[in-house]
Amino acid sequence: MTCLPLQAARAVCRRSAMLATVAALSFAAPMAFAQSEDSITIGYAVSKSGPNAGGSDMTVTPNYELWVQEVNAAGGLKLPDGSQKMIEVIAYDDRSSAEEVVRAVERLATQDEVDFILPPWGTGFNLAVAPLMAKFGYPHLAGAAVTDKAPDFVKRWDTSFWFMGGSADYVDALTEILVAQREAGTINDRIAMISVADGFGIDLVKAARPAFEAAGFEIGYDKTFPPETSDFATILGEAGSAEADTFVAFSYPPHTFALTKQAKVAGFNPPVFYLGVGAGFPVYPNIAGGSVEGVMSLGGIDPDNSLNAAYRAKHEEVIGRAPDYWGSVLVYASLQMLGQSIERVGLDKAAVAKELSTGTFATVLGEETRLEDNQLRAINWVGQWQNGQFIAVSPDGGDGMAAVKLPKPDWQ
Amino acid sequence: MLEHIVNGLVLGGTYALVAMGLTIQYGIARIMNLSFGDTIIAACFATYLLFTTLNVGPLLALLVIVPAGYFLSLGVYRVIMKPLVDRAPDAGALEVDSILVTFGLLFVIQGVLLTVFGGGYTSYSFLNQPLSVLGTAVAVNRLLALALSLGIGAILVVVLYRSHWGMILRAVAVAPQSAPLFGIDTDRAARTAFAVGGALAATGGVVLSMFQTFTATGGVVFTMKALIVVILGGKGSVPGAIIAGLLLGLVETFVAAYVDPGLTLAAVYTVFLALLLVRPNGLFGKA
Amino acid sequence: MKPIHAFPIAALVLSALAFAPLFLPDYWTGVLLGMTGYVTLATAWALFSGPTRYVSLATVAFFGVGAYTVAVLNETLPYPLVLLCAAGIGAVMALVVGLSTLRLAGVYFVIFTFGLAELVRQTVSWWEVNVTYTMGRYVFLPFEGRHIYWQLLALAAVTLLISWGIGRSRLGLALKAIGDDETVAAHAGIDVARVKLLLFVISATLITLVGAIQAPRWTYIEPSIVFNPTVSFMTLIMALLGGAMRLWGPLVGAIPLFLLFEWLSVSFPDHFSIILGLLFILIVFVMPQGVLAKVESLRKGGRT
Repeated sequence: MTCLPLQAARAVCRRSAMLATVAALSFAAPMAFAQSEDSITIGYAVSKSGPNAGGSDMTVTPNYELWVQEVNAAGGLKLPDGSQKMIEVIAYDDRSSAEEVVRAVERLATQDEVDFILPPWGTGFNLAVAPLMAKFGYPHLAGAAVTDKAPDFVKRWDTSFWFMGGSADYVDALTEILVAQREAGTINDRIAMISVADGFGIDLVKAARPAFEAAGFEIGYDKTFPPETSDFATILGEAGSAEADTFVAFSYPPHTFALTKQAKVAGFNPPVFYLGVGAGFPVYPNIAGGSVEGVMSLGGIDPDNSLNAAYRAKHEEVIGRAPDYWGSVLVYASLQMLGQSIERVGLDKAAVAKELSTGTFATVLGEETRLEDNQLRAINWVGQWQNGQFIAVSPDGGDGMAAVKLPKPDWQ
Repeated sequence: MLEHIVNGLVLGGTYALVAMGLTIQYGIARIMNLSFGDTIIAACFATYLLFTTLNVGPLLALLVIVPAGYFLSLGVYRVIMKPLVDRAPDAGALEVDSILVTFGLLFVIQGVLLTVFGGGYTSYSFLNQPLSVLGTAVAVNRLLALALSLGIGAILVVVLYRSHWGMILRAVAVAPQSAPLFGIDTDRAARTAFAVGGALAATGGVVLSMFQTFTATGGVVFTMKALIVVILGGKGSVPGAIIAGLLLGLVETFVAAYVDPGLTLAAVYTVFLALLLVRPNGLFGKA
Repeated sequence: MKPIHAFPIAALVLSALAFAPLFLPDYWTGVLLGMTGYVTLATAWALFSGPTRYVSLATVAFFGVGAYTVAVLNETLPYPLVLLCAAGIGAVMALVVGLSTLRLAGVYFVIFTFGLAELVRQTVSWWEVNVTYTMGRYVFLPFEGRHIYWQLLALAAVTLLISWGIGRSRLGLALKAIGDDETVAAHAGIDVARVKLLLFVISATLITLVGAIQAPRWTYIEPSIVFNPTVSFMTLIMALLGGAMRLWGPLVGAIPLFLLFEWLSVSFPDHFSIILGLLFILIVFVMPQGVLAKVESLRKGGRT
């Protein structure tokens, strides 16, 4: 249409605007794929664009796709009566906006009337949708959300399930390692710590300050940086002059990568070098351009766990790249638990929620995975790069974990 | 102290490199290009693709990507910008139109990148070796950004102020209405300026991709940084963009070292807003 | 349309909209909510930016401050007082900003306001991290979508009423003069600076309230969530598309655009960005004289 700046033409334009509105309203009609009796619809809204896309694209979306593909390849989800139903997916993009994710879940629940809803990526967005999931009675399998308040949330929304633990868990496990290393004389009692000024970084640093100090460490450098920061030369310089043997950064992938590159350039190589999200990505050694032996972060896997190895191989085959070493496996396990719950109790949402909180499941984490107070606790909290793999570590090893190897060798 | 100056200048070099293209596009072609940062990101991905699939190093990639940036921008100008320039009754209307249309272009580039590369973080390692500059270890790739921005800046200044072509471009920048009266082909000048800006964006992208992690949706950050540098330096002024870029780098580094790394960006915006109030036309701008 | 007819019609539409959530599923209430939010934002934005032609990108600075105020105070103060605080903080902030910046013009004002939004975001982040030692804040208010929608609807009505009132008042006349020619207006004895400042404060306060009212919907608040620059851009585009000079202009722009975005994200979740971008370019091109000129021609056409 061409809108001439004439009075008469304006009326036409106005009318075509109206037409556009009417056309827009017509999407109220159900989407092309009508829900058939033979399928189960599963909906989700994830960040396909915007600042959260990087996180979703690594940890959440590929696992949703992998799981659906695997289930459908096996003939669909099993139901208690032995029949099978294929999964149909309705996926929306929340464009990294809280308002969009809330509305998308409302749409999935009341418009598309899907059978189950999978959550978005990130702590903030999981909390944004939590009240709605509870209101509509959907089990909420918060896979990619780190929060210390999970015990409270479980009380507030009793159909919510938390799979990634809380900041205190990660920090306590790290502290334990640090204390053991200090006693062994590997490190001194000073820590340099930086964190990204975002929900994740702050939550962790808030847990870390008291934990480190209670364990007798002195935090010689303790700063936050804005998420947009791209240059860490100065921060690393200042952290280096804090005479600390332990460097801790609660960072996001862009910072994790930049910190690694710039630490190599500056020859900054403290005995303990612990980074945040991104250090557990399979591409990390590549990005760092060489060996990252000894670098520590959140997560880690048990290399002897054949279930996990099979999962990683399958992920690589279907998605075309390996999953990360931290959140992916937890998200995938949560989906397996959902599938097995449906197999046991059917499609009734309340019954599935009840089964999730009380049942025992065979997942990629182990043959007997179960939730405690609606939270997954069998998580690997600290990992370390050893011989080209990012594996779960503890002070002395054992129980599916390797012994931590410190001090970290030189950069190569 | 000395290390902070070195680090600050190296960081500022990146800002200057990114901002020069925008200042030329905005100052001479009069296009407020909001998709500038996404052009940079596109160049980052192109470099990444060449490096990881064809094993073409980023420096070699410059030879391909920079001309590509030039000609693609030329095409964009002819197809999208030219009709807008022709129909705009005054500079203000063109400004609004170009903001809106490049805002749309931003989403198109972003959408294409998302479809092709997905939303994940991308990064690789190249020339990530230390080089000692006055006792401070600096990454070679970052130093390259500084060297390139100073080099390109010098060339641009020479061309703009010492050549016939440069005089034409400056004439169009200063007086777009009266330039045609002197037989100047303003359209050609604007077209060339826009394309040169695109080539500079591509250069910035290639260099940045060596040390910075990028995502398909991360262009806005570059656009805003570049815009701040451009306004600080005075629109259309290449020396202004370089000095403003280096200044911002120094401010960020000194605030990170002596005040608090958490306040680096707040400090940048404070400096920017304060200067804007005192000198609305920037350091080198003409009223 | 004569006001005699306009008022009963407006009242009728308003009450129909108010009753809508009782009959609609939650999703459509959510759509109405989002739409009403943007209608209010665009109208409030145009209140100042329309007649003065100062294109502001500070929308999200005020919007975010409103949301943050609710996040900080929702457990200590009763809700109406929280809203009052938010409005007060928004107004004071607008006053300070307005006093220092309203002499900037053109693109400098645009970029200043964008910088301001980022500055506020950075400062809030830093303050939260280093002074209060928290980042995410929780808003547990017993509101569902429709409760928030009703509040927004009321605010939208108030905003339109204010816009209408200003158009008819002496202030509106002064504004029209400033929009036509600021120098002439000043010579005619209009205190240009004061009029602009007053309008900026009113507009910013309304925007702050939108943020405050919408905050409980997200449960969890942190700077990256509430200071999302998209809000500023969307508001600007909607108001410009509909015509920032007219009472109903922003509304006419906001409703179809909002529905269009919603339709795109439902039907083309994987290619939203590309289609949105192409549409944008198209919108600029199908108005052969430019959006500004179109607004101009609408303005010369007189008010409804």
